[in-house]
Amino acid sequence: MKVVVNFDLCESNAVCMGIAPEVFEVRDDDFLYVLQEEPAEELRGKVEEAARRCPKQAITVED
Amino acid sequence: MPPIVVVGASLAGLSAVDAVRSGGHDGDVVVLEAAAALPSDRPPLSKQVLAGTMEPSAAHQPLAGRLDELAVDLRLGLRVDHVDVAGLRLDLSDGSSLSASGLVVATGASPRTLPGPPLAGVHVVRTLDDSLALRRDLDAGPDRVAVIGAGFIGAEVAATCRGLGLEVTLIEAAPAPMVRVLPEAVGAFVADLHRAHGVDVRLGVGVEGLVADGDRVRGVALADGTTVDASVVVVGIGVAPDVAWLEGSGVPVGNGVTCDETCLAAPGVVAAGDVAEWFNPHFGERMRVEQWEHAIEHGAAAGRRLLAGDGPGEPFGSVPWFWSDQYDRKLQLAGRPAATDEVHVLEGSLEEQRFVAAFRRGERCTGVLGVNRPRHVVQARMRLTESLDWAPIEELLS
Repeated sequence: MKVVVNFDLCESNAVCMGIAPEVFEVRDDDFLYVLQEEPAEELRGKVEEAARRCPKQAITVED
Repeated sequence: MPPIVVVGASLAGLSAVDAVRSGGHDGDVVVLEAAAALPSDRPPLSKQVLAGTMEPSAAHQPLAGRLDELAVDLRLGLRVDHVDVAGLRLDLSDGSSLSASGLVVATGASPRTLPGPPLAGVHVVRTLDDSLALRRDLDAGPDRVAVIGAGFIGAEVAATCRGLGLEVTLIEAAPAPMVRVLPEAVGAFVADLHRAHGVDVRLGVGVEGLVADGDRVRGVALADGTTVDASVVVVGIGVAPDVAWLEGSGVPVGNGVTCDETCLAAPGVVAAGDVAEWFNPHFGERMRVEQWEHAIEHGAAAGRRLLAGDGPGEPFGSVPWFWSDQYDRKLQLAGRPAATDEVHVLEGSLEEQRFVAAFRRGERCTGVLGVNRPRHVVQARMRLTESLDWAPIEELLS
C-alpha cells in the first residue's frame, strides 16, 4: 500500500491526522507531512478512512 | 428481498450505501434523488466554484466516482410522495410504488428564504446551479452585494465577493456572526476579520424586507430604517430539514427526523445528515448537525444500524467538526459549544488572527476552535473523543 497526497489539493484540514496519526502529521507550519509513504498493512483501514473523509479528496491509496 | 432504499443522494445517503456494502449487504440498493443530477459537493459552492478557481465539474462528492462499484440503482428526478412505515412502502412522484427492506432518510435541508415574490438578483447558495447563477450576477459587476445572514454561508460568500473586488454589506440580526455555532466573543472576531477586509458589517439589525425595482432587487430595507442599496442579494439565513414528505408516514418528526442514539427513527428506518436529529450519547444531548464530515460519519452509522436489523445497534457518539475558509483564515471547530459557554484563548491571540480557543461549561469542554491552527484542533478533537473533561484539554493546549 502506497499513500499519495495531492498537495495541490491539500488544504491542511488535518482530518487525516485525526484518523491515522501514525501516517499523517500537520505541523505548526500548517503543512501536511506524510510520515510513512508505505505504511504497514494493518493501517490500511485507517488510511482508507482518512482518504474517504478528506474534505479535499487529496489522498489516494495505491495498492 | 426488497431493496434497501435511500432517499437523498448527497453525502449522508451515499455514505450509508458505502457502509451497507462494506458491511456485507449484497442485495439491491436503490437511491432516490429529487434533483435531476447527482448533487455536487457543497463546500466549494460558496468558495472556489463561486470564485471561479474550481471547475464546476470538479466539485463532485467523494463517492460520485464509485457508484458502479457500490452497485447503486440511482434514480434521479424522483420524489417520494408518501411513505407507509408499517409496510415500508413508498409512493413515488412518477406514480410508481416501491417496497423496501430498510429505509435511509437522507433528504437533507433546503435554504430558508425571505417572504415575498421572487426577484431577479436574489440568491441562495445550496446547489451547484445556485452557485453558478450567483456567479453570473457577480460577473455583471454589481455596485454592491448585500449578504443577509452571517452564518457559514453568508460569511464565506462575503469573503469570496471581496476576493472578486466587489463591495459587500454583511447583515446579521444577531449581535455577532456565526452565533449558531460559536460563542459570541469568537463571533466578534469573525466580524472584525470581515471589517479588516473592507466589508460593511451590520450586526444586531433585522431585515424589514427587500426593495424592488420592478421584478429586480435593488436593496435591502433594514429594521433601523436604513436601506442598503444592492443589485445582488444573497440570503443565508439557515436551512430547514426536508421532512414534508414524511407527514403522516409514522416517522417521528420534530427538529428534522427524530432518531435514537443509534440513528433509528422507526423499525427499519434510519436517518442521517442535515435532516436527522439524534441523541448524541457522547454529549448527552440531542443534536442536528449541518456539517460536511458529520454527514459522512452519520450516514455510515445509519447504514450500519440498518444492517443490525432487530438487534440493539451501536450508539453513534461523535464530536462534530467543521471548517470554514474566509480570506486567508481557516476556522475549524471541534465540538458543540453553546452561545453562552466561557471562551478561553489558550494559544495565540485574537489580535494576531491565529489562535486556539476552548469553550467551557462547568468542568466540561464543549468545543475547541482554531484559526489557522489545524494541528491543535485535530489533537483536541482526538482528546474530546475520549472525554469532554476540561482539564486534559487545557493541559493539551496550554
